[in-house]
Amino acid sequence: MSIDQILGLITGVLFGFLLQKGRVLRFEKQVGAMLLKDMTIFKFMLSAILVGMVGIQLLASAEIISLSHKAMNMGAVLVGGALFGCGWAVMGFCPGTSIGALGEGRWHAVFAIAGMVAGAAVYAELYPFFKSTILAWKDFGKIGLAEIFDISPWLIIPVFWAGIIWMFVWFERKSL
Amino acid sequence: MKLKTEDGGWSPYLAGALVGVLAIVSVYATTQWMGKPNYLGASTTFVRAAGLLERTVFPERVAANEYFTKEKVRVDWQFMLVIGIFFGALISSKTDRSFKLESVPPTWKERFGPSIGKRAAGAFLGGIVAMMGARMADGCPSGHGLSGMMQLSVSAFIALAMFFGTGIVVAGLLYRRRSS
Repeated sequence: MSIDQILGLITGVLFGFLLQKGRVLRFEKQVGAMLLKDMTIFKFMLSAILVGMVGIQLLASAEIISLSHKAMNMGAVLVGGALFGCGWAVMGFCPGTSIGALGEGRWHAVFAIAGMVAGAAVYAELYPFFKSTILAWKDFGKIGLAEIFDISPWLIIPVFWAGIIWMFVWFERKSL
Repeated sequence: MKLKTEDGGWSPYLAGALVGVLAIVSVYATTQWMGKPNYLGASTTFVRAAGLLERTVFPERVAANEYFTKEKVRVDWQFMLVIGIFFGALISSKTDRSFKLESVPPTWKERFGPSIGKRAAGAFLGGIVAMMGARMADGCPSGHGLSGMMQLSVSAFIALAMFFGTGIVVAGLLYRRRSS
């Protein structure tokens, strides 16, 4: 194995361990979040984002790492995002959690995984068509929130933190 | 705020925060050892897996495909990360005894019955649609939802809102039985 692969594997094992400990891999948790009955996934994801954004922004500000925004392509994000949401609700797993769910014994995830591999193959076949239609609509490029508002990310982060912490307090009060 | 859940899991706030730490360390480590930052993600691996499988039957078709060429069909950092997720979840669930063989999840069973065939068809078809969407949007709840949000990417905010917005509507239609 190359250093890349070893690094990926170690990171993946830790990621899978934490996803399982947070109990976010299960169909019940994923669909529970979409039915707004169980906020576990929101708590988990938003906590990861709160912590991650501070460290990543610090490292990026110090020019130790570089950011890698994904393109803000209107058609791609709106249509792709909607398609994902539809499939996600039926499948009850997202790509990363399907593999983890299989690891904790929820073996029906194999059907979801097979479907996703098939979906990737279909997408590869249809890519030229999407490229000239949905993906050609409007591409704003790889942009960050701080750049479009032309302010420091250190002004956005505290506001984000305050909003999410307020949300967490509300979840706990409502015992969601 | 409890640090443990009733079934021996960790508080989602704690486990999530640790994923945040892992994401930071991972970006730093990949920058140091691989020369470029790699952010957590999962869905591109499904493209590579599809390419690897398809290549065993139609090698020239995969070689000629624009999308496979763009995403490069190989076992890379993210591919191993996705394999690692399986082992991480296995280790965690076996050691705290939350490992459980499940063929049909309870919410699904309540709505669509105990048929494994129905569940398999739903998961498979849902998988096709979801992966086409994730590849079109260029990310899933890991790539956009975690990594993109951490970087304050504009695309991540819109993609995540679409993921959950549509998911909430469709899940509501699918699983909420009208009480009549």
